[in-house]
Amino acid sequence: MVDLKQVESLIKAKLPDAQVTVEDLTGGGDHLQATVISAAFTDKSLVQQHQLVYGALQAELASEAIHALALKTSAPQN
Amino acid sequence: MTPELKQRIADLIAQDKIFVFMKGAKLMPQCGFSNTVVQIFNTLGVSYSTFDVLSDPEIRQGIKEYSSWPTIPQVYINGKFIGGCDIMIAEYESGELQQKVEVALAS
Repeated sequence: MVDLKQVESLIKAKLPDAQVTVEDLTGGGDHLQATVISAAFTDKSLVQQHQLVYGALQAELASEAIHALALKTSAPQN
Repeated sequence: MTPELKQRIADLIAQDKIFVFMKGAKLMPQCGFSNTVVQIFNTLGVSYSTFDVLSDPEIRQGIKEYSSWPTIPQVYINGKFIGGCDIMIAEYESGELQQKVEVALAS
């Protein structure tokens, strides 16, 4: 169980320009969905984009405080 | 990760052109995300192999480090890490997955 705000700030600490939306899919606090838009994703593959976000949340995922994190990532549209 | 574990994982991935690390078996996935990936490959009608990480704690932890990816399922096509459930859905919808699969099976 993690605080959604905490997840958002962990992602922003890694990707300061990111627009982040975190939702709790089940109400249980461990199945989350994050939508992240950041210029850091430009010209990166989806795998690389998701790895950047996972990197910010390593401890929470390793401890299974977050069991599932659905990710939607994209670079900002110009 | 020990070199032996790394080699075990590499050997598994080399077993098939499409290889999926998942929770449960193909016919009985134990997690919704693993099930989604199985359904996608069943819909594509391609042959693929799976490994049940719940049967082997060493692989379950090791594959996360091996792929720099913290969650299961994980999909490899032609030895290359392609992603987890979200990326499978996104690339299935965009048609990229079908392309990757065709190229892999033709090689």
